[in-house]
Amino acid sequence: MREYTDRALDTAASRGATYADVRIVRRENQDIGVKNGVVQALTLAGDFGFGVRVIADGAWGFASSNRLTLDEVDRVAGQAVEIAKASARVNEADVDLGPAEVHVGRYRTPTEMDPFEVSLEDKIDVLLAADKEARAVDGVAMAQGTMGFLRETKTFASSEGSFVEQTIIESGLGIVVRAIAEGEMQQRSYPNSFGRHQGTAGYEFIERWDLPRHARQTAEEAVALLGAPQCPSRVTTLVLDGPQLALQVHESCGHPIELDRVFGTEAAYAGTSFLTPEKYGVFRYGSEVVNLVSDAVTPTGLGTYGFDDEGVPGQETDIVRNGIFVGYLTSRESASQLRVIHPDAPERSNGAMRADGWNRVPIIRMSNVSLMPGEWRLDDLIADTDEGVYMLTNKSWSIDDRRLNFQFGTELAYEIKGGKRGRMFKNATYTGITPQFWGGCDAICSADHWNVWGTANCGKGQPGQRAHTGHGTAPARFRNVQIGVMSA
Amino acid sequence: MLGERRLDEVAEAVLDSAQADQTEVVITAQDAALTRFAANGIHQNVAESGANVRVRSVIGKRIGVATTNDLGADALVDLVRSAETVARLQQENPEFLSLPAPQPIRAADALCESTAACAPEARAEGVASIVGQAKANGLDASGAFSTSVDELMVANSLGTCAYHAGTSASVMTVVMGKTGSGFAADVAKDVDEVDPVAVGRIAVEKALRSAHPEAIEPGEYTVILEEAAVANLVFFLGYLGLGAMSLQEGRSFLSGRLGERITGDAITIRDDGLDPRGIPLPFDFEGVPRREISLIERGVARNVVYDSFTAGRDPGKESTGHGLAAPNSFGPIPIHLFMEPGSSTIEEMIASTKRGIWVTRFHYTNPVHPVKTILTGMTRDGTFLIENGEVSKPLKNLRFTQSILGAFEKVEALTREAKMVRSGFGSVVTFAPAAKIHDFRFTGTTEF
Repeated sequence: MREYTDRALDTAASRGATYADVRIVRRENQDIGVKNGVVQALTLAGDFGFGVRVIADGAWGFASSNRLTLDEVDRVAGQAVEIAKASARVNEADVDLGPAEVHVGRYRTPTEMDPFEVSLEDKIDVLLAADKEARAVDGVAMAQGTMGFLRETKTFASSEGSFVEQTIIESGLGIVVRAIAEGEMQQRSYPNSFGRHQGTAGYEFIERWDLPRHARQTAEEAVALLGAPQCPSRVTTLVLDGPQLALQVHESCGHPIELDRVFGTEAAYAGTSFLTPEKYGVFRYGSEVVNLVSDAVTPTGLGTYGFDDEGVPGQETDIVRNGIFVGYLTSRESASQLRVIHPDAPERSNGAMRADGWNRVPIIRMSNVSLMPGEWRLDDLIADTDEGVYMLTNKSWSIDDRRLNFQFGTELAYEIKGGKRGRMFKNATYTGITPQFWGGCDAICSADHWNVWGTANCGKGQPGQRAHTGHGTAPARFRNVQIGVMSA
Repeated sequence: MLGERRLDEVAEAVLDSAQADQTEVVITAQDAALTRFAANGIHQNVAESGANVRVRSVIGKRIGVATTNDLGADALVDLVRSAETVARLQQENPEFLSLPAPQPIRAADALCESTAACAPEARAEGVASIVGQAKANGLDASGAFSTSVDELMVANSLGTCAYHAGTSASVMTVVMGKTGSGFAADVAKDVDEVDPVAVGRIAVEKALRSAHPEAIEPGEYTVILEEAAVANLVFFLGYLGLGAMSLQEGRSFLSGRLGERITGDAITIRDDGLDPRGIPLPFDFEGVPRREISLIERGVARNVVYDSFTAGRDPGKESTGHGLAAPNSFGPIPIHLFMEPGSSTIEEMIASTKRGIWVTRFHYTNPVHPVKTILTGMTRDGTFLIENGEVSKPLKNLRFTQSILGAFEKVEALTREAKMVRSGFGSVVTFAPAAKIHDFRFTGTTEF
């Protein structure tokens, strides 16, 4: 690959680039879907190409191609410089990347079993076994199971001297079971909703989560929900399970700490952030028990990697410490911009720039943004709650463009009364304003309950990019939350 | 742009090397460019050329799919072998009948040379016109100006062979002041028909007008929804329940209700992939010609759209040309939706409203209860209170939780002009007028 990366960097420099980087990316995907006992999807996908990002005349340019030849590398590098020069006509300030980042290294996701070495037949057997278990439950209208595997190899080189090679392996699985009556549809998912739970791991991840063993209970809950009463509307105490809390963290913490949003570069699409720079280091984001960390190093986390797409090593950063907002997710450029406002802010990027493949420019993305565990056992936390609702597994989500007003729906909820988990509710929803909600957090379960949940469908950017992010959570309790928002 | 001849060569190479009972090849190719700006400067300027080949191999009733973006001869042979290997590993799908037989395709004039030739300098000039207007008013402009050439070829071993090339261009901006923001957008096949100057002017006016918003209590209000907000509701209606599979599986709001009145009689919605006012695509991802389908006619549910698989399940039904790329466990959906306009104007709607809320667009809309068509989302970039027939003040944004069918039951007026609005993904657009609707339910507020 050196021949191509050197050529790209040399061509960009000769055309006038003051900085250039090149990424050569190959992706292989294997996706399997079983629906009601029939294998409906079995897909092998390959994707390969390269992208060149440059700064010329102080502005960014990017171009890409799926044909890796030296002539095409010249064309694409030249096109990137031409585009940068066009951008410079509108811009007033030059891009400042801060101190040089020079890293040479390799990274490969640690795996016990290469998922691409496991036969398709074995994978299909697991999904069919889970499907059979689920549909053995009376009242099930549909069961759908999926598995997905990714192998992504990336070579990154920059004009500053970085040369990084890495291979990311992902494995994911899930089942959703639906029960349908007139005017009503209820569903339960395992281990998480929206298709699957995914991690940077080998096939051992599939075995650990054991779909067939959990399919029957998943189906029984879906059927039971059809007959459950509607979740009431009131202000009460809310306990969230790990998967729902993972999405709460993703939407109300992960996105607002992306420094590109803060500086407005996502304003027209995904929006901006309420965590504006004057709040850095002083703003009370949540209660004393709330500690949030971003890291790219937790084993099996879907946001775990060796280097980001600017060649910066993956690392750990405090985001909220004892309830106070202390850190953003940064790129090289935005870290420099932040230091203009806060000279005490870190000089270097914390390695959060990632691109969705060879034909997309890197933007700031979450790695694993996680809520640190507390001390509670879940049983004790429920027993300590006089009145409230316990909600599990996300079903719907929405949040405003500064990440303040959110509303979530969950697949399942249980009433909590007198410290005991009681009857089931359907169509549960809750809503709030981010800092008030996290300010009401008074108990977080322990590391025994903590898991890194994978979100494989995080959309951002124009043209659209999908990122894979992780969120470590344990169940937690929130006081004075509005639940039960549902139009008749 | 690869062109019909090159895509035909790729399709032939695939079909010539195929050994399965039936084989389908779907080739998508795109040349796309996008200039993105924020805080009055261009921060992202990208161009890409790419293609994807998707092969569906059928052995008996077993189906395998493989894809690649490598169009080399060896890679295409490997691709066919992969799809066939996958098919052999499959179990039979008893409901699968056949790939579609060839049908005549009506050509659609959708390729504009001016869009295909648009240079980064031209996009930068468009951006500069928006940024200039924002700067002149002490505001910050963000947005994107994009162009693309999209090619699609579908061929199969039964003789289907369909090729289409089309272009699209769009510009959108959010212009922000310290306390308010405004939005405007334009989309067309021909880049010369998108008007960045007008987009900038509308967004700047909205941003200035929305400064210093005040809070209002949530509740049920008469609303005037601009075209982008209405298109958002129409798109979700199609996604949630106007496809045959959602009906067959009982997850559609139309289950058991075809032929019944489901909205007020102001609502007529059809899907037409050949209407030249949209971004035409004359056939689907199975090579079946798209038919114009009446979905809701004066409030009465008339039809849903089919692909070959769902048509095979319903005796007497044929594919309407709405198949997505295989494998597709979600089923067909309409992606060229047109909502019929009415006879009013936004000015007349405002003048006739004693107390109501004017909404520019929605943000982060998602289903809460798909069968009841209940959505939630936020207002964004220009929300105003109307009192006694006039816009009285800007409002802080509100959250709605509202069923689409419930809202469409309460439509009082539609504008006589409908606009084309980008919806969902890719070049999918929806045509919708602005609407005045009573008792629209807002369930929350935010701080800006």
